[in-house]
Amino acid sequence: MEEVPHDCPGADSAQAGRGASCQGCPNQRLCASGAGAAADPAIEEIKEKMKTVKHKILVLSGKGGVGKSTFSAHLAHGLAEDENTQVALLDIDICGPSIPKIMGLEGEQFLEDNLGVMSVGFLLSSPDDAVIWRGPKKNGMIKQFLRDVDWGEVDYLIVDTPPGTSDEHLSVVQYLTAAHIDGAVIITTPQEVSLQDVRKEISFCHKVKLPIIGVVENMSGFICPKCQKESQIFPPTTGGAEAMCQDLKIPLLGKVPLDPRIGKSCDKGQSFLVEAPDSPATVAYRSIIQRIQEFCSQRLPEGENLVGS
Amino acid sequence: MGQVSGRPSQDMSVGSACDHGEWAAEGRYEGDTRPSSPLSFRPEPGNLAGVRHIVLVLSGKGGVGKSTISTELALALRHAGKKVGILDVDLCGPSIPRMLRAQGRAVHQGDSGWVPVFVDREQSISLMSVGFLLEQPDEAVVWRGPKKNALIKQFVSDVAWGQLDYLLVDTPPGTSDEHMAVVDALRPHSPLGALVVTTPQAVSVGDVRRELTFCRKVGLRVIGLVENMSGFVCPHCSECTNVFSKGGGEELARHAGVPFLGSVPLDPELTRSLEDGRDFIQDFPDSPAFPALSSIAQKILSETPAGLS
Repeated sequence: MEEVPHDCPGADSAQAGRGASCQGCPNQRLCASGAGAAADPAIEEIKEKMKTVKHKILVLSGKGGVGKSTFSAHLAHGLAEDENTQVALLDIDICGPSIPKIMGLEGEQFLEDNLGVMSVGFLLSSPDDAVIWRGPKKNGMIKQFLRDVDWGEVDYLIVDTPPGTSDEHLSVVQYLTAAHIDGAVIITTPQEVSLQDVRKEISFCHKVKLPIIGVVENMSGFICPKCQKESQIFPPTTGGAEAMCQDLKIPLLGKVPLDPRIGKSCDKGQSFLVEAPDSPATVAYRSIIQRIQEFCSQRLPEGENLVGS
Repeated sequence: MGQVSGRPSQDMSVGSACDHGEWAAEGRYEGDTRPSSPLSFRPEPGNLAGVRHIVLVLSGKGGVGKSTISTELALALRHAGKKVGILDVDLCGPSIPRMLRAQGRAVHQGDSGWVPVFVDREQSISLMSVGFLLEQPDEAVVWRGPKKNALIKQFVSDVAWGQLDYLLVDTPPGTSDEHMAVVDALRPHSPLGALVVTTPQAVSVGDVRRELTFCRKVGLRVIGLVENMSGFVCPHCSECTNVFSKGGGEELARHAGVPFLGSVPLDPELTRSLEDGRDFIQDFPDSPAFPALSSIAQKILSETPAGLS
């Protein structure tokens, strides 16, 4: 990764933290202490913990506000509609934890018998509390979520992330890779301002060798409730996600139109899939969820034990 | 070799169930430069000496339009005859270069530091962004906190801004490393305050409340709150639909006791202008978004009556 100097001797070398090129590196003290030589024990602990979790899906986007949390929540709702499927939703957006609100949860962890949720939002005493943490503390929380939460037997663990390509993303990949992540679903909106960040996210996934299940284009067109005509609120000036996916040879899982009822459902903490079953957005969501399930089932044949990579 | 050393920084975490009272892992951070952009001069004490007013644009939530508001505010202030600089400290998702048609421009070094990129012939808007330092536009900046902090400190102290009426600082969503770093670095220069941006729905307001707490904790005055994406007028039938719910911004401003600066409606022409790097303020004075954007600029101008000498 790009956090080390050009001629870094290597975190596990005898020169770690002591070489001339180490001066000024943010990891210098850590390396000099010898900590870099041993892998974080939590990685093994998390791998153990994750043995009861069949599929792990990360929901990512380079861009903020494209609907990651909305999508994660509805992916969880959709999968949990089958009462025989155990679903867990983990919100690692430490500064802006939206999942409790979208899921309509006030401090409880379980929504239904088969749908469990975890978020730092549950740990805050007031809605005005700000989580003003630097990277290392956020990483510590994510480690705790993965290692110390008793997830039990889970078919799908969905991890909702904050926008960007930083501490949270590096940490969750670092901690979960040994436990085998099925892949990432990347959310975007049609306009170039989003796509330019999403391309960076895709680049991040390639760098950390995270498989990409596909891209979801959200807020793709708006149908006026009065005249039923379509408008593009966020015009795909450079071809939208479709062009980007063709370019980068990544599957486009689907396009979800903007339905004002989605925002309302999220405000009320209800499943949009249940509130507006006839909406074209619901149809789109369900088709995308099915494609994700198909992807996951190909990666783990029936009856086979989960093997670490 | 140029080094910028940081002061010990206290991790400002909020008292809550998850505050263990630990210090941030890094007590000090040394400046770290990417190999491709050498800094081999001593930081000038006066690089912000010629800047009259500093305004931060914040939101707890991603995708609400911080970069849009920053850009439009800069354009409006320029039309009022002011010289404006924009500092884009969103290192993972630097949106501003494209919005001002400045993508791909190079950053040069002068005697007193990095020369910001001028986006117009008259040199009335200058810009600094990590976007200019990337070798490839799709390259992801995958940095942990300490390295982000170091670059932000350099952006504040080592860019030769010259004489400016306003320096607008566009931030990523959240309340983390970037925000602490930029507030710390700007503190000696007494920023005017923060413009906080939200969208109407509860999920945004939920995050923005936390951002307001952040502002209080770090002693940053809130100039006002802007509600963006406030309704969409169908171009076919003129029906206004509250695509992202309604009223949350005004209510939040009231609850938090901060001035409400107005609601900016959704206008696809605004999105298109930003995609193309056009001057929306000049090209679309009839847009429904124009009055609100002008009034935000007016508020800033009225708080800072003296002109550039």
